[in-house]
Amino acid sequence: MAAAGAALAPIIENRLLLPPNAGRIRCSSSARGALVVRGAALSEESRKNRSSALKAVAVKGEAPNLTTAKSGHEILLFDALREGLEEEMARDPTVCVIGEDVGHYGGSYKVTKGLAEKFGDLRVLDTPICENSFTGMGIGAAMTGLRTVVEGMNMGFLLLAYNQISNNAGMLHYTSGGQFKIPIVIRGPGGVGKQLGAEHSQRLESYFQSVPGLQMVACSTPYNAKGLMKAAIRSDNPVILYEHVLLYNLKERIPDEEYVLCLEEAELVRPGKDVTILTYSRMRHFVLQAAKTLVERGYDPEIIDIRSLKPFDLFTIGNSIKKTHKVLIVEECMRTGGIGASLRAAIVDNFWDFLDGRPECLSSQDVPTPYAATLEDATVVQPAQIVVKVEQMCQGLV
Amino acid sequence: MGLLPLLLRGAPKRFLRASGSYRSLYESNSRRRRHGTDAAAADQAVNSRADHRPDDQMLDFPGAKAAFTSRMEFISPNAAEAVPCFRILDDLGRALDGSDIPEVDSSLAVKMYHTMVRLQTFDSIFYEAQRQGRISFYLTNIGEEALNVASAAALTKDDVVFPQYREHGVLMWRGFTLDEFANQCFSNEAGHGKGRQMPIHYGSEKLNYFTISSPIATQLPHAVGAAYGLKMDRKNACAVTYFGDGGSSEGDFHAACNFAAVLEAPVLFVCRNNGYAISTPACEQYKGDGIVVRGRGYGMTSIRVDGNDALAVFKAVSAARKLAVEQSKPVLIEAMTYRVGHHSTSDDSTKYRSGEEIAHWRSVRDPVLRFRRWLESNAWWSVEDEKELRGAARKEVISAMNQAEKKNKPPLSELFTDVYDTLPRNLLEQEATLRDTVSKNPPSLAPH
Repeated sequence: MAAAGAALAPIIENRLLLPPNAGRIRCSSSARGALVVRGAALSEESRKNRSSALKAVAVKGEAPNLTTAKSGHEILLFDALREGLEEEMARDPTVCVIGEDVGHYGGSYKVTKGLAEKFGDLRVLDTPICENSFTGMGIGAAMTGLRTVVEGMNMGFLLLAYNQISNNAGMLHYTSGGQFKIPIVIRGPGGVGKQLGAEHSQRLESYFQSVPGLQMVACSTPYNAKGLMKAAIRSDNPVILYEHVLLYNLKERIPDEEYVLCLEEAELVRPGKDVTILTYSRMRHFVLQAAKTLVERGYDPEIIDIRSLKPFDLFTIGNSIKKTHKVLIVEECMRTGGIGASLRAAIVDNFWDFLDGRPECLSSQDVPTPYAATLEDATVVQPAQIVVKVEQMCQGLV
Repeated sequence: MGLLPLLLRGAPKRFLRASGSYRSLYESNSRRRRHGTDAAAADQAVNSRADHRPDDQMLDFPGAKAAFTSRMEFISPNAAEAVPCFRILDDLGRALDGSDIPEVDSSLAVKMYHTMVRLQTFDSIFYEAQRQGRISFYLTNIGEEALNVASAAALTKDDVVFPQYREHGVLMWRGFTLDEFANQCFSNEAGHGKGRQMPIHYGSEKLNYFTISSPIATQLPHAVGAAYGLKMDRKNACAVTYFGDGGSSEGDFHAACNFAAVLEAPVLFVCRNNGYAISTPACEQYKGDGIVVRGRGYGMTSIRVDGNDALAVFKAVSAARKLAVEQSKPVLIEAMTYRVGHHSTSDDSTKYRSGEEIAHWRSVRDPVLRFRRWLESNAWWSVEDEKELRGAARKEVISAMNQAEKKNKPPLSELFTDVYDTLPRNLLEQEATLRDTVSKNPPSLAPH
């Protein structure tokens, strides 16, 4: 271990010192408009490294109290997505939207409302029902100069487009020797909703996470939804943007100025020192709910919304684990083969020496999501479970 | 209350915009509704329709517009006669009576012939190279040279091509050099694909020929998307996509055709109906009259053409391109041809067809020979020219092969690039780990 480890040690050390957008990763936050920096929780080094980058970090005590702030505007999450999309479509005439009922109907979740009227039928295209076809079409259009945003009415339906997403979107840039790029954004609502039935409760991040060539991000608040939408559209890579069916009506005050987030960055939601909780999408809100109880009981969890599902922001995650030495992943994917499974492996590979115990993971049950409300609630992680787990971890019981 | 007003009230505006007759029906019915939504008015409305004889009424469901009939008659699965196949030259390369020869002058015709011969030569030499173990895989175009080259000659360089994998002639026509073909087949560091794809999976952004992806028919929706982009930009260009009789069975074929027709995308769907999908003969691939009849099912213009007649292919593709670009509509072209070679070097087609059948199509029905006869009849080609071209082509191909074989394979540094636009951290780490492993192990692992 020592000899091999020694050769790799500098790499590991260097990696931990580098923030996500240093080196060769291009952070898509070099927006032309004014940038808004919220809080500053990172080291001098990282600040030096990303002089023009945006940090979307809310720090306890430093975050502006946005609900009473005069600036900014309140918005629901679906509208924030729409705002981001509209701004990008106005800025770049090659951006267009393809999907079912996205045009004059405005989209099943109203994310594309008003866009067809504003930008015309050609740029907001209603298609017949064939996910494989319009995803393929989006790929072809992207290869020939358009920046397409493909909407799946529900993420689960995009399983029909798996062939195009895996064999083409993920591969063609590589197999063509870099000649053809595919700046496509594939987005839609997924996750376990309120009694939508098994076929409408898929967690596609689980299936797509091993496709090379794809980037995956998950939004969880109006603020990061808009910023990630804009970043995804500007990226030259194929990006899958995971939205959640139950989060569309979340309200938050977001800045009036233009901002773009970094696709590869995680979001430090609450700094702490007892345990690192890694989560994303809807589970972020369950974790925050559990955190209220935990704080009352005297615990100090550090909560990170990982946002970037592929690749993982190991810089932010690693720095947190170095501090707390305990990590709990709270996800909506199933136990087997989900984001949690991969993240655990990555944490074990990279931060073994900093862990006091095994990385814990709370996931959904390995069952198709049942319809009955009581059963459905039992398949996903609930805040009470998070509280129990954190207490066990902090008391050394696991 | 009658069903009709309810149905029409619910119809989205765009249906009404699209069809004037629907609008007039809607308006006349809404007038009736305004006069009373009670049962009496409804009865009156229904009765006034019933006053007309059934055959006078028009079908006014949103889904179709047709006359009613009181005769129940099923549509038979196949028309009395198969769709005729357009050709200009007979099997011996002589112009048929009444043919309208397209404008192909001697220089264009000779250039087409040169390309066909070069393609045929490249195919036979590289097929042999695979047999000798010099490359791992190859797939020929033998029997489809005329279709490849003549269709390519009818397009402009701005038309974007989405091939399946048996269209090397299209790329050759556009200017891909023998060296470039050979480099890709030998997956050396000079190849455009940087050694990442199997042999014959060519791609050239410069020549508007999109990198081949093995799964069948996935390129069809791509072509529709590209065509849509061209339409938005109002470019004087169309998308062209090729596929085989087997490819027409894939879901993507249906999806792409339907989309292209509904969205009015300027795309040419060129089906190379060469009779076989590996071992599956066409009669086991479909039960209808080939692929051309499906065009009507999608509301798409279509034609069946003799794919082994270079002039017919040239003329049909030229006309189809014009229609697609000027009217922004898709066109389906079914080119009948024959796959003389095996499916690929992984196939031995004598297992499912007779040697006599193959020999017949290779010799008597050779499209290259047929075109040559036409050239000779115009005194544009001679036996000496033939000897010289064949000799020169052979020399050039062998030279390209030898050069490509000698070049280095791509370096390790190209293993992780182009997965994304820039290298993410996890791939940088994987590369570092791999280099570390390689440096500690004998050179049997990848070089530099």
